[in-house]
Amino acid sequence: MSKYLLRRTLISIPVLIGISAVLFTILALAPGDPFEELATNPNVPAEVRMNLRAKFGLDDPLPLRYARWVVSMMRGDWGFSFVSRVNVDTLILQRLPATLIVLGSAQLLAVLIAIPIGTYSALRPYSFFDQAATTLAFIGFSLPTFFTGLLFILLFSIHLDWLPFIYRADISATGWRWYWEHVRQAIMPVAVLGLFQAASMTRFMRAAVLDVIRLEYVNTARAKGLSEGVTLVKHVVRNALIPVVTLVALQIPTIFGGAIVTEQIFRVPGIGSLLIASILANDTPVVMAVTFIFSCLVVASNLAADLLYGWLDPRISYR
Amino acid sequence: MAARVTSRSVPGGLAVAASEPRSSLWRETGRRFVRHRLAVVGSVVLLAMVIAVLVGPLVWRQPINEIDFKAKLKGPTWSHPLGTDDLGQDILARMLYGGRISLAVGIVAMLIAISIGTAIGATSGYVGGTLDHTLMRLTDMFLSLPGLPLLLLIVYLFRDALRKALGPEVGVFILIVAVIGGLRWMPVARLVRAQFLSLREKEFVESARSLGAPPLRQVVRHILPNSMGPVIVAGTIDVAAAIIAESTLSFLGLGFPPDIPTWGRILYDAKDNLDFAPHWAIFPGTAIFLAVLSINYIGDGLRDALDPRKVLGK
Repeated sequence: MSKYLLRRTLISIPVLIGISAVLFTILALAPGDPFEELATNPNVPAEVRMNLRAKFGLDDPLPLRYARWVVSMMRGDWGFSFVSRVNVDTLILQRLPATLIVLGSAQLLAVLIAIPIGTYSALRPYSFFDQAATTLAFIGFSLPTFFTGLLFILLFSIHLDWLPFIYRADISATGWRWYWEHVRQAIMPVAVLGLFQAASMTRFMRAAVLDVIRLEYVNTARAKGLSEGVTLVKHVVRNALIPVVTLVALQIPTIFGGAIVTEQIFRVPGIGSLLIASILANDTPVVMAVTFIFSCLVVASNLAADLLYGWLDPRISYR
Repeated sequence: MAARVTSRSVPGGLAVAASEPRSSLWRETGRRFVRHRLAVVGSVVLLAMVIAVLVGPLVWRQPINEIDFKAKLKGPTWSHPLGTDDLGQDILARMLYGGRISLAVGIVAMLIAISIGTAIGATSGYVGGTLDHTLMRLTDMFLSLPGLPLLLLIVYLFRDALRKALGPEVGVFILIVAVIGGLRWMPVARLVRAQFLSLREKEFVESARSLGAPPLRQVVRHILPNSMGPVIVAGTIDVAAAIIAESTLSFLGLGFPPDIPTWGRILYDAKDNLDFAPHWAIFPGTAIFLAVLSINYIGDGLRDALDPRKVLGK
């Protein structure tokens, strides 16, 4: 298993290099110049501008600039935000926990909804329950997250006045009340993301269980006297999860997209809303760093999916 | 499927099938599609929306940008069936006009995604070897790119330049369509490659090859038409995804400018007035939802209709 883990980790390194190269190329190709302001300022003589350009290596060949960028990124030197004058890495570290908590809870919610409903649908295909679940799933993944978010705010915050629609990092209450406030304000963002994710996951799960349930080894398990529950959990669901993990892993970039939108709607102080704010404020170092962090998160999630694979299907990790 | 079974088993039936060589396959597909009731409903709804955005602005002649503070933030009335926004502009007129762009972005981005995906998948599957390996690694890498952040980054970096070069409407349209399409071709490439790998060894391709058909003709006349089924399904779903992507960009304030009211852009303007003008957000949101839902159902129906394994089923 550890060998498998090592191999998967090593494979993700070229992917990260590729992604960073793509990001850097986009940045380098982009029109506009960080010294544009100096160029239009008549008080700055041309020689000074040239010296600055040379100092920052802006006229060096592209591969050299890329190498220098990678080295400084790896040394933890991510530059500082043009707007808030804070180091980019501190800024991101402040914002990352909120994103991870919301995303993680949403994912958990999706799994808790999708696996039982998808399995039950597949056990009784074309029953009333299955039809209802399938229709709801279709509606669920056709409703874009930004619209569900607005509808939730309209219903639960404005109409019923049950939940706050602004996420606050600085809640002054203490003890249980602090936890409760945190849970209360996380309900809507987590539900929006989780339900969206659950909708497509339910469909994957239903299809996968339908494929598995007629196989011989399920009959064998029943024939040797295992209870229906054990057969279902250990033999059917576990094997059905293997293709589901693949499909969910392919959706990870979409999930992060949804996270940005929900953070923006509910003003969750995570890296998604940081990205939008920096884009609107032309804060290039932060924009680049957050995009790269999102890429790292995608790669890390793919790695986690691979590990889950190895656990679900031990044959994979021995190959 | 009884008719199909007999036409296969009875020799006379085969003769009947052979007498209408081209249309029968599509007629069969059409018949299976019609059996998916929600797919038919979806087609009708989508068609109605397309007609509405194409013909609507000609019939509903309210201007999209006439400012009227006396009528601002009004709910639905006879003179403004979908209400007005904070400048008193008619939301129906704006939605009909913006819907053209929302739907056009979906279709054009899908065409771009399918063209890139088919080209890469076909090359990969037909040529094979090192090129196949390289292209598939490239596909894998694109699959792990974070879509929306990258989309935002590219729009952020290139928007002003393109706007200056091509004007605000065309520039932003081309940029958004190209980037959405350019980030969504990977599933199509994988599907086409898989189809090519199996089809290029089939007898009918071999016979074309032995008759001296050059590679390009083999691909274009023989392999490609037979691998289009899954591509059509993926393309349909891609239209929905592209519509969502454009609405998301506009909703975040980074898509089209305010004078081009796509549905996502109207939602962006509406979201801060939810408590006293909910209609402003609900109508465009519902339009996006209905379009996406219809397209997803159409895709589902096409998947059933084009799946050859289903021919004898049900």
